[in-house]
Amino acid sequence: MIEIKNLRAGYGRPDAFIPAVDDISLTIGDNEIIGIAGESGSGKSTLLRTIYGDFTGGLKLRDGSVTGHFKDPETGRPLVCESSTFQKLWWDVISYVPQGSMSVLNPIMKIEKQVTDGLPAREKRGSRQELRSRLASFLAGFGLPETVLDSYPHQLSGGMRQRVLVAIAAFVNPQLILADEPTTALDVVVQKRILLMLVEIQRRLKNTLVLVSHDLGVHYQITDRIAIAYKGKIVEVGPTDEVFSNPQHDYTKALIAALPRIGQPRQETARGAVGVIV
Amino acid sequence: MRLLSQIATRLISYFLVIAFGLTTIFFVPRFAPNDPVEAMLAKVSSTGSFMDAAQSDALRASLTDAFGLQGSLLEQYGRFVKRVLLTGDFGPSLAMYPTPVSELIGRALPWTFGLLLSSTLIAWVLGNFVGLLAGWRPNKASSRIMEAVAITIYPIPYYILALVLSILFSYIWTVFPLTTSVHGAPWSWAFVKSVVWNSILPAASIVIVVFGWWVISVKAQTTALAEEEFIRYARLKGLSDRRIITRYILPNAILPQITFLALQIGLMFNGSIVTEILFEYPGLGHLIYTAVIQGDYNLLMGTISLSIVAVATATMIIDLIYPLLDPRIRAR
Amino acid sequence: MRKFKIPEIGSFRLGLGLVLLFIFVVLGVILPWFAPTNPLTWYKSPRNQGASLHHLLGTTNLGQDIFWLLTWALQNSLVLGLSVAFFSTLIGVFAGLAAGYAGGWVDRVLSFLMDALLCIPSLPILILLAALFGGQLSLPVVGMALVLFNWPYPGRQVRAVALTMREREFVNVAWFSGESSLRILGRHVFPYIAGWSAANFINTVLVGIATETSLAVIGLSSAQQATIGTMIYWALKYQALLSQRYLWVGAPVLSIVLMFIALFLVSSGLAIRSAARRIG
Repeated sequence: MIEIKNLRAGYGRPDAFIPAVDDISLTIGDNEIIGIAGESGSGKSTLLRTIYGDFTGGLKLRDGSVTGHFKDPETGRPLVCESSTFQKLWWDVISYVPQGSMSVLNPIMKIEKQVTDGLPAREKRGSRQELRSRLASFLAGFGLPETVLDSYPHQLSGGMRQRVLVAIAAFVNPQLILADEPTTALDVVVQKRILLMLVEIQRRLKNTLVLVSHDLGVHYQITDRIAIAYKGKIVEVGPTDEVFSNPQHDYTKALIAALPRIGQPRQETARGAVGVIV
Repeated sequence: MRLLSQIATRLISYFLVIAFGLTTIFFVPRFAPNDPVEAMLAKVSSTGSFMDAAQSDALRASLTDAFGLQGSLLEQYGRFVKRVLLTGDFGPSLAMYPTPVSELIGRALPWTFGLLLSSTLIAWVLGNFVGLLAGWRPNKASSRIMEAVAITIYPIPYYILALVLSILFSYIWTVFPLTTSVHGAPWSWAFVKSVVWNSILPAASIVIVVFGWWVISVKAQTTALAEEEFIRYARLKGLSDRRIITRYILPNAILPQITFLALQIGLMFNGSIVTEILFEYPGLGHLIYTAVIQGDYNLLMGTISLSIVAVATATMIIDLIYPLLDPRIRAR
Repeated sequence: MRKFKIPEIGSFRLGLGLVLLFIFVVLGVILPWFAPTNPLTWYKSPRNQGASLHHLLGTTNLGQDIFWLLTWALQNSLVLGLSVAFFSTLIGVFAGLAAGYAGGWVDRVLSFLMDALLCIPSLPILILLAALFGGQLSLPVVGMALVLFNWPYPGRQVRAVALTMREREFVNVAWFSGESSLRILGRHVFPYIAGWSAANFINTVLVGIATETSLAVIGLSSAQQATIGTMIYWALKYQALLSQRYLWVGAPVLSIVLMFIALFLVSSGLAIRSAARRIG
């Protein structure tokens, strides 16, 4: 799906370049959930932005490449392009789940409008009522009532808002979903519900989900593979189970050691693993 | 429910403000050194007409009556409030005797209303447009130039700008008329044309200054909004710049302006008074001036009471409209 | 590599405004002492002169030197604006602190008074006063009336700040460590609102001068004293425009425009700076 080769990206002018991502290579496969873990400043958010192709705010790709292998949504033919051109694929082939803070949705626009706003033309075909009923049944599939569509963001709880954000990203049937700290600042029960929703969407669409979180517990619960970012580099990649049971890098070991109840059977750890590592 | 109690509070404060304002202008003349009746008598006798003691006493009595000055202070106050709020009757104008003050005001009001409304609207639309563009790309040269222009014109009072405009366009290039004169039958094409033609300079002086204010305010709003998370999210949804500006930034930038507008109305009214006087534009401001120059007490009290009620009403209406437009307040 | 940094917008504004303002202070505060004669007196100079070395901006048709008249006018306008701003800010800060801290009915009464005064257009009331004082108001009366209408602006702002300050951590800390309320006000709260108050002060100078000028332009301010507004009034009255004596009108108009721009630059520059400090 995504091939990252010797990527160096960061901020600043050529003569005073500060790399946030320093020589990273990573392959993200089809039909998988891959997690990127790391503390703040590890470069995981910059990595996510480069994969999404969001080169604003002074972010520059210095060396290496991020290549996407997609299928054209209209014709189904293979579509290969670099991340600098991903912008035309936004909210069509690729979509994005932000952290659902209070200010991430337009405060004076109804949810329905904010869902349909970014939809590609092919999804908008048909009448308004038809689109709305499709939306309503889609939301109902995740336990969200239809009234959500007529609400304003401030009327939703934090958990509802996050589920709406996930739903907005999933509704376009993307081949790749990038989620940036989607469960941070939510309580454990709501967190769990959102993670289940993400998994369900991935299993249904059989697409790729990239999940960025500082919370190892989150990765442990849903990711198939995990990459540990540290000081702008990926220090370890592997199937999540393996990384957790047999960490190779010292940093990974320290991270896992910091989790509460290490060494318990998986189910139990998953339930308890809500420790926040900063 | 909370909305209803908000409206109720606003209405109560509206009436309190009017009561406060009217009480002020009721007491000011009563503690001023000049007695309006004596001033009028002096004026009459200065015109050369001779009066004996009985005549002047009779005139004094009838003036006292016409000015609403007979009886105790409390009675006078009661009558005054009744005049303003219930009957709207301020007695006859003395300068333009026997035309009632209310009729003079009725004639002047559409002019002031039209002038302020049209110039505010024009300035608002232009100011928003330019302010949005300048705020969306705050570092572009054109944005900086627009802001510099706005900062330069905003602090200039309307009447100074009115003066500069009249020097430029009525004296140096005689394009526009110096004073207002309307011709043609009411609401004929010629009439409308001459009204518009006569209003261009006074309106321009208001439009330019208010435009400057909106540019400054909207630009600051837009620049702040462009940093907001929901704008970044909208951009990452692949929405075009144009759509983000019109659907995401504009509505969010306009809402707080409504409260600014409420605060500006009084100042705008102040400014329009002087502008009207300078251009001899036949609105409320000019009427106030006529009243002062002619010593027309009834007309003065009438016009000034009305200005207070009008400004308070306009401010209240805007305050009441605001929660209807902002879903965050409306939906509570 | 850039050797110098582009100054921040706020500080650039502030700098430009201060430089302009300094020029006006020199013109209006220092120069009037060097006026060769009282420029208000008629026929001290030849009438209707154009600009020359002898009369920098020419003379009026009453034989007054326009340049020296302008310095006197600037002095009066500045003094009026500064005193209005001083007393308004003083009253406003105290009323705002009282309302914000005392709460209860003190707050309700003061808040209502402030809102009411902000809602009432000041110019009609001033015109009413002028009319009742025989068509002219002396500068101190204008000043007092302006203070009455202008203290609510700083008052409301200070009240809002005082309200949030009550909830602030560092005020609570000071409170619990046993500092007296007066000391808390002086040491913690006042420095915090000083930036806003300074911006507001300058803005009130502007409003004060502007309102007096508007009264004067329509001939309702003091005719005995020179202010920018009365200069414009007399120039218009004596048909300076018809006789194409543009310097006579232009000099006061241009100086008031420049002075207002300077004041606005300083006040908005100060506001930006204090906002930046609040965030940073």
